[in-house]
Amino acid sequence: MDALSGTIEWLTTADNWWGPAGIVQRIWEHLQYSLLAVGLAVLIALPAGLVIGHTGRAEPGAFALSGAARAVPTLGLLVLLGRWYPVQAWPVVIVLAVLAIPPILANTTAGIGGVDPAVRDAAQGMGMTPLQVLTRVEVPLAAPLILAGIRSALLQVIATATIAAFAGLGGLGRFIIDGFAVSDDARVYGGSIVVAVLALLGEGLFALAQRSVRPAGLRRRRPPLLPVAVPIPPTAGGIST
Amino acid sequence: MSPVLAARPPSWSGFGFDGNWDVVWHYTVVHLRITSLALLLGAAVAFPLGLAGHRWRRSYPAILGVTSVLYTIPSLSLLVLLGLGFGLGLLNDTPLIVALAIYTLAILVRNLVEGLRAVPDSVKDAATGVGYTPLRSLLAIELPLAVPAIIAGLRVAAVSTISLVSIGGVLGRGGLGFLFFEGYRRNRTSEIIAGIAASILLAVVVDIALILTRRVLTPWTPARAAR
Repeated sequence: MDALSGTIEWLTTADNWWGPAGIVQRIWEHLQYSLLAVGLAVLIALPAGLVIGHTGRAEPGAFALSGAARAVPTLGLLVLLGRWYPVQAWPVVIVLAVLAIPPILANTTAGIGGVDPAVRDAAQGMGMTPLQVLTRVEVPLAAPLILAGIRSALLQVIATATIAAFAGLGGLGRFIIDGFAVSDDARVYGGSIVVAVLALLGEGLFALAQRSVRPAGLRRRRPPLLPVAVPIPPTAGGIST
Repeated sequence: MSPVLAARPPSWSGFGFDGNWDVVWHYTVVHLRITSLALLLGAAVAFPLGLAGHRWRRSYPAILGVTSVLYTIPSLSLLVLLGLGFGLGLLNDTPLIVALAIYTLAILVRNLVEGLRAVPDSVKDAATGVGYTPLRSLLAIELPLAVPAIIAGLRVAAVSTISLVSIGGVLGRGGLGFLFFEGYRRNRTSEIIAGIAASILLAVVVDIALILTRRVLTPWTPARAAR
């Protein structure tokens, strides 16, 4: 198989890894866009989710918004912004952040809102202020779900950041898009493999982190779903994520 | 002549929207066709997988794990690698449809299994009590009761797939995604905007169609709960 051996050769050539346009540099760029975008999304969605989940207000709205966001063609938005503001990183970061907000918002809201009311009452009965209830009881209990939201956001962002290359930026998409433009199949396939491995590694690392934040009191019980499964916000029917 | 059967796809002319609606329509139809084929393929695989996960409980975590890992692979990578691995070629829609179908599995399988699990034991016992065989109980009682969950899964899968089809635009395919990338290359903002608008509209229409399907299939559930 020609394409396969070419790809292996491309991946094993040291010159392709180092240098200003090497794989290492592209991974770094890719991670920069991704982490900036997810960081921005966390800054917006996390406080919003905490407030909505804690007060119970606007909860259906938060879930509806998260659901509706799925219909937005992120690629189209990226391309449009790339057209309006060529070779600038911030439009890409903003579009990626918009992509990252819904899962974080939905999971934070679901996690905080899903805390057993009896637990909340007990905390209140012990004399905790609402802020203490939130930070000492609700957040720790919701932590695994919140992290799961951030994880699925990060994953989507890493996958989509590939398109940054279309807006004239760096990142691992460069290999796929440039390789395709000059019919260098080995580069296209090699770049694709690197993106896939990066995403899977990110997923694995996050899964470990998620396991470690599960509150000690809940650790002995087995989680209802595999840790890799995206958690399910409790909407009507309870299964419509 | 139907736009689908046109030998050569209509192409965008000028920089405005005028006179280009046939182009948008053409690519919307292509977009819908790719989405439908991907969903059909995904459902055809997810159905037996879900039933197996439901019937043999211990297989479920493994099935869920595999579909979740597949779900993790970035779409552009999966698309390109399917073209490589299976020799499907990059210049037809097959790798795109297969990639999109793979993504639907994680959602469809889980909703099918959770839907079947949510059927109350008393209902199943009643079915057994009046003489239903396990197979008949599954087909006549459990699956119909799981329809809301199954449709909920289909809605999520359909809407995400519609948004994702455009990834094929990178390779010069991908229905409305073709408009995004052609508009970008030719500096035609209107073409990109038309593609975005049509994509959102298509997602909304398909979502509503699925909600209506659910209402027709499950006349016993209150319409208000349809979400």
